Amino acid sequence: MADKKDIDEVTGTDTTGHEWDGIKELNNPLPRWWLWTFYGTVAWGLAYTIAYPAWPLINSATQGVLGHSTRAEVAQEIAEVNARNAEVSERLAAADLSTLSPDDPAHRFGVAGGASVFLANCSQCHGQGAAGVQAAGYPNLLDDAWLWGGTLEDIEFTVRHGIRNDTDPDARWSEMPAFGDILSDEEIAQTVEHVLAISGQEHDAAMAQQGMVWFEEQCSACHGLNGEGDRSLGAPTLNDAIWLYGGDRETLIETVTYSRFGVMPAWGERLEEFEIKAVTLYLHQLGGGE
Amino acid sequence: MKQGFLQRHQVLERSPTLLFVFSLLTVSVGGIVEIAPLFYIENTIEEVEGVRPYSPLELTGRDVYIREGCYVCHSQMIRPLRDEVERYGHYSLAAESKYDHPHQWGSKRTGPDLARVGGRYSDAWHVDHFMDPQSVVPESVMPRYAFLADAVIDGERIEDLLRTHRFVGVPYTDEMIAQASADFRVQADPDGDWDGLVERYPGAVVSNFDGQPELTEMDALIAYLQMLGTLVDFSTFTPDPTR
Repeated sequence: MADKKDIDEVTGTDTTGHEWDGIKELNNPLPRWWLWTFYGTVAWGLAYTIAYPAWPLINSATQGVLGHSTRAEVAQEIAEVNARNAEVSERLAAADLSTLSPDDPAHRFGVAGGASVFLANCSQCHGQGAAGVQAAGYPNLLDDAWLWGGTLEDIEFTVRHGIRNDTDPDARWSEMPAFGDILSDEEIAQTVEHVLAISGQEHDAAMAQQGMVWFEEQCSACHGLNGEGDRSLGAPTLNDAIWLYGGDRETLIETVTYSRFGVMPAWGERLEEFEIKAVTLYLHQLGGGE
Repeated sequence: MKQGFLQRHQVLERSPTLLFVFSLLTVSVGGIVEIAPLFYIENTIEEVEGVRPYSPLELTGRDVYIREGCYVCHSQMIRPLRDEVERYGHYSLAAESKYDHPHQWGSKRTGPDLARVGGRYSDAWHVDHFMDPQSVVPESVMPRYAFLADAVIDGERIEDLLRTHRFVGVPYTDEMIAQASADFRVQADPDGDWDGLVERYPGAVVSNFDGQPELTEMDALIAYLQMLGTLVDFSTFTPDPTR
């Protein structure tokens, strides 16, 4: 760079002294406010890396003088919210649901909170409104028909341990045989006519007559002589109009031939104690609770 | 001094090759500072008990997951934020995706996060849901994947798949590769002899996932989904808050 100033004749501006093929570069420095802002951001950046976790060292990275940690932050945030509800949620967790008064704050907290637990965890199978999925094996939880029982105790047990899963040794369990291996196609058809008869549907009376024999022989141990079902085995009632997988002739033949094996996961490990009780209270007051 | 330095700097400015090389060196400083430590700093990925390589069937399912672009709508990364932890479960740990090549963290959630979907639903629900998502979740916009149940797979190249993953750093043992084909089939066969599989891949779920006798892509994908986020036992493991 030239020592003395080299002023460009046309613009009257100082030049940098750089020259290419007779063309000189004008020296228009950046505005001072811009420069200081720029230096400011550099200083801010350095301070930031000192305040927060940043610089990699040999075995770890600097933790920052402010001691910030995303994990600690989320743990603290969750603890704060839990602390806000601690009194009522602990009361609910320790409560005996069958004697908990509906006017109890813990009961109201449970019903309201249980709705959230249900939406986040249960609605994917049982539907947002708990009406289940008709004829697909996801039971309606609004009505009076319960497979395993509709008392608070029954519901809580089902939520906690689930049904026919391999993860919880206390899961509710029963297994209908696939009668395709036991009865002939004709015998199955006759049995199904009998089921159609006891559930008040159109049927072939002669076939149903014969089917009653097979029903009493093969089905009544679990479903009852009149198809009234057995909650201790999760055996559905067959003499009403409520069906888990569908009550038409075709579906019934499929059910009897191949059997069904509905699985519900156990929620005891996934949900907090008060959440299990909350969702139990919520389900119980939906309409079918006993 | 100043004069001399600028004179030398002209050497770079007047040689495109030198300018390119030195620009590259300058730019790479940022990368070295930000990326290189991840490979040697011990606390980048904490040691977590339970994390294991994918079983052959799960790995095949993971390939289906990637092929079908599931990651376009589903993330696999529960961030350390209260609302996410409350909804999906414990926030994800780096170790939980350390055998993912490539990882499936994602950043777009048209559907829910799947990092801990394992065990949340029954196999039958997954089948119903893939066949026709709206049949179980009416408000869903997910397309149908019913064809997966017809896509029979035989695991013909399963050893190669495991070897490829071993090549990029997944610790598959010689035994795992030797047994890959058998493990691949037995995971969808609860009546088979799957003791070895569960020993090699602790926590692997053995089930006839799609309910059909044939082994299909539906089996593989559900096997993969049913193990997601289930390997770490958070009742015994408390993550270090300073990481």
